[in-house]
Amino acid sequence: MDFSPLWISIRIAAASTVVVFFAGLGTAWLVAKYQGKTKGLIDGILTLPMVLPPTVVGFLLLVLCGKNGPVGQLLKSMGTQIIFTWWAAVIAAAVVSFPMMYKTTRGAFEQIDSNIINAARTLGAPEWKVFWKVAVPVSWPGIISGTILAFARALGEFGATLMVAGNIPGKTQTIPIAIYYSVDRGDMQTALTWVIVIFVISLVVMTVMNYWLDNQSKQGLAGIQ
Amino acid sequence: MELFVDIKRRLPGFQLNIKFTAGRQAIGLLGASGAGKTMTLRCIAGIERPDSGRIVLNGQVLYDSEKGIDLPPQKRNIGLLFQNYALFPNMTVEKNIAFGLDHLGKRQRKEAVKHQIEMMRLEGMEKRYPAQLSGGQQQRVALARALATEPDALLLDEPFSALDSFLRVHLIKQMKDILNHYQGVALFVTHNMEDIHSICSKLVLLSEGEVEASGSRESIFAQPPSLSSAMITGCKNISAARVYAPGQVEALDWGLKLKANAGMCTEEIHHVGIRDISPALGWDKENVFSCWPSFVSETPSQMTVYLSMEKQPSSVDDYHLQWDMPKRQWLHLKDQPLPWKVCLKPEKLILVS
Repeated sequence: MDFSPLWISIRIAAASTVVVFFAGLGTAWLVAKYQGKTKGLIDGILTLPMVLPPTVVGFLLLVLCGKNGPVGQLLKSMGTQIIFTWWAAVIAAAVVSFPMMYKTTRGAFEQIDSNIINAARTLGAPEWKVFWKVAVPVSWPGIISGTILAFARALGEFGATLMVAGNIPGKTQTIPIAIYYSVDRGDMQTALTWVIVIFVISLVVMTVMNYWLDNQSKQGLAGIQ
Repeated sequence: MELFVDIKRRLPGFQLNIKFTAGRQAIGLLGASGAGKTMTLRCIAGIERPDSGRIVLNGQVLYDSEKGIDLPPQKRNIGLLFQNYALFPNMTVEKNIAFGLDHLGKRQRKEAVKHQIEMMRLEGMEKRYPAQLSGGQQQRVALARALATEPDALLLDEPFSALDSFLRVHLIKQMKDILNHYQGVALFVTHNMEDIHSICSKLVLLSEGEVEASGSRESIFAQPPSLSSAMITGCKNISAARVYAPGQVEALDWGLKLKANAGMCTEEIHHVGIRDISPALGWDKENVFSCWPSFVSETPSQMTVYLSMEKQPSSVDDYHLQWDMPKRQWLHLKDQPLPWKVCLKPEKLILVS
């Protein structure tokens, strides 16, 4: 049996999670701090990939990054392209899993006692220090939850990935895509194996996260008073 | 050392309109809950923005709506002690105290932290987290953290409200010592008179967002300029009143005719109050009245007797005056034959116009 879908899935999910971690963290902080009238609209746009059908996300990415799209044109002028490559799968996974990270982290930031943040400011801390030394450590459990949810979502991504990265065995064929094509071929045995693999990975990740979070709140040092 | 504040800000239900000056002496900002005290502190610290006005600290303009100046909290050098202390839960005591000292070298920073730890008697707590400290210790850490940056002004938001009464007395004394060493402007916010009575010699009274009175503690206490300031300063016995003859006041709610300091009796007087009721002694001739206890409530340290004046009470709700006394006095009083005689000394009457 060819195990490449497992490694491809994990590499794509890991790479996308790194991107989503920083993007989600920064965006969550900015939106949490922002008090303007367009907050609801901004939040809606950022959450959209979570509620849209993945094929819609895939379609939009195709339009954007395809041969005739603006990003595609730019890449073409640099002598490269990303559609139907590993990078496209990472982008699709990142876009789809971004709202998980953003939503969870923003919730954690908004739970922080605003006096703690203000105390840091009156003590002269510049905004980057307020963020890295106070907001992030105090919200650590929420940030970890968001990261793991984003990783799990990226691991399970199918629709958008198939549309922009295709099904190239050994290159862009992830576990969910392998399952789909195995069933399509009538190879139920291979499909079942991959189903079990992804089942186990997801369950283990979620369980570990739950125990870890439970432990954190018992210690009571991570921002819970 | 001078802090000048003149700010306006719309709040739900009322308009904050505060103007006062604070100097080297600790000043108390006193007002009922929701009078705008905390908002005033937050505006001074730069956490909230007033709608208009001016804030100047030691000649430096922190906020000026006309000139468009609004320094961020980071640039104001004001220490703020939050009501809930707002310690960083992810940092140890020494990290909390050192938080605002990035500008110092490593050695100086260590010394500054050590100095604060000694000042606040937190030795041995350096490596603990806030969650592992008692309320009083947390407050000392918060104070150490604020003072370590050597702020030009120190703002304290209800510093004693979250503490039990034993700790309270202890920490009020400690706060006094600490403020004696502090060179900047100290501003206390509280709704509880007892908290700041021994700390602040100057008071600013707030009511519904406006300054009701300001001045020395003694003068505001002796003659509160308004009904609400009489109540804020803890006068529990207040009655509607009218002047019916020169130097004679009728307390309408109490049904008493009182002799008052003639020089202070004007037509405009509409309320009379008294803080201290004294048992009538043989030589007391004026404002001596008979009274019956309506009911008595007990706290560990003192007794409060609710008195019905000049008539026997018909029920426990039938009372006119509230008389706080130490336990010892109560033990003596309770065996005296009824009715008791009390004296509302003319010089102790608070006349509100």
